[in-house]
Amino acid sequence: MSAAGHTSDEMMTVSAARMLRDGQICFVGIGLPSTAANLARLTHAPNVVLIYESGPIGAKPPVLPLSIGDGHLAETADTVVSTPEIFRYWLQGGRIDVGFLGAAQIDRYANINTTVIGDYRKPSIRLPGAGGAPEISSSAKEVLIIVKQSQRTFVDKLDFITSAGFLTGGDARKRAGIPGRGPTAVITDLCILRPDPETCELAVTDLHPGITRDQLRERTGWALRFAENCQETPAPTPGELEVLRDLNRRTRMAHENGESAYA
Amino acid sequence: MAHWATLSEAISALVHDGDMIALEGFTHLIPFAAGHEIIRQGRRDLSLIRMTPDVIYDQLIGAGCAARLTFSWGGNPGVGSLHRFRDAVERDWPAPLELEERSHSDLANAYVAGAANLPFAVLRGYAGSDLAQAGSHIRTIRCPFTGEELAATPSVRPDVSIIHAQKADRKGNVLLWGILGVQKEAVLAAKHSIVTVEERVDSLEAPPNACVLPHWVVSAVCHVPRGAAPSYAHGYYTRDNAFYKRWDGISRGRNTFEAWLKEHVLDTADFADYLRVSAETSRQAAAV
Repeated sequence: MSAAGHTSDEMMTVSAARMLRDGQICFVGIGLPSTAANLARLTHAPNVVLIYESGPIGAKPPVLPLSIGDGHLAETADTVVSTPEIFRYWLQGGRIDVGFLGAAQIDRYANINTTVIGDYRKPSIRLPGAGGAPEISSSAKEVLIIVKQSQRTFVDKLDFITSAGFLTGGDARKRAGIPGRGPTAVITDLCILRPDPETCELAVTDLHPGITRDQLRERTGWALRFAENCQETPAPTPGELEVLRDLNRRTRMAHENGESAYA
Repeated sequence: MAHWATLSEAISALVHDGDMIALEGFTHLIPFAAGHEIIRQGRRDLSLIRMTPDVIYDQLIGAGCAARLTFSWGGNPGVGSLHRFRDAVERDWPAPLELEERSHSDLANAYVAGAANLPFAVLRGYAGSDLAQAGSHIRTIRCPFTGEELAATPSVRPDVSIIHAQKADRKGNVLLWGILGVQKEAVLAAKHSIVTVEERVDSLEAPPNACVLPHWVVSAVCHVPRGAAPSYAHGYYTRDNAFYKRWDGISRGRNTFEAWLKEHVLDTADFADYLRVSAETSRQAAAV
């Protein structure tokens, strides 16, 4: 908790939530993206439509799901469709405004690795893999990425590109025939980065309150660029913090007191 | 074989060493009871298919049942790694595990193609992803009408698909609802199928358009209450999130995993017995 009265994780979630506009159709990854998307829904974007890859369309979960297919998502959705339908009609069909993703590793062109650390055939660490991310990152009209920033996550070279950002930069993404525009912002616990309009390399556009440029450089595996008119992220408002903490509290209680399947 | 069967009879008759089998259920309705019975009966050299291997395949892989795995996301949902899966991939324990890795969109499309009796599926996918090179099964084709380049991926045709559902009637017609995943496609893509159900009823009372699998596409139906635990069955019981979190500790070491497997699966007679032993373990864990 900083002197400002919020944690860096809260700053990250609040900044990410602010990126979603009311009424947008958002394909939500589990974990940090789901927290941010639901915070948006409970604050400034009550009409945001949340779609989860397990099939719920228009989910309004009362607490955050632990898994991508929790029952709350189905119970509160406008409709629940099969997994093939979600990917074929709704994502590939071009109906998604924003894909909201997490990442194990990211590079300067916002490519994401969630597959392996080390060699693919003999990895030192086997990560969970792609899930829906490759097609979310290519078919959504734009992509938001939320990830904690460190030398481990912000790397100079990815061992594996699971989901395409801007590939080698410039017009590489377009040349690869990828339909969506790609990542428009990367939100971390320290800052917000956006792709340069020409090179598509990520540059810091917003520093969270109290964060210095040196701190950012220390926690980035490449020579980090800063946009010309870099600004400070507005701190979370008391209202945003209250809703987020209430949501986290309800979630903790629900997951701890969940009915045992063996009762 | 009789349409209604015990789970032990169904696995014994339909699942053989070396078979390609799919146990589907997207977080919801995961057929844990069937997975345990495969472990109990000591099946080996299986080619496992599942979008999200989840704890059930972590158990099958750790128990030494699998030689190959086709999958698209191999984590413990909301918790972290699947340690038995990782141990097999990173250190070949208890045996090397050959991977065929796909994206969710690919595998979902591949089940649809399998159900439609087509050899492959077409999707707008993988552009810019290293998976296209790593996964030797992925090809590119050109649309004969527009010239657009698209990904082609072989359909999935399991020898046996196994799912869990809420209800079946006396004839063996099956009804499922809630998050449906790829279960219907998995059953229709397979040569044989086994469905475990929460309830055996006189009538499904299903509304038109409900997800019903007619009895004549299902090889065997087995009455296994709570057969999806520790995942959940919508309308019956919720997901045992505490178990999924506890699995992280149980599965992290080979010894703790083997002790758990022996006590809960190998030394139990059936799933009802597993539930009884697990309830006791859960009570002890909660008391700590």
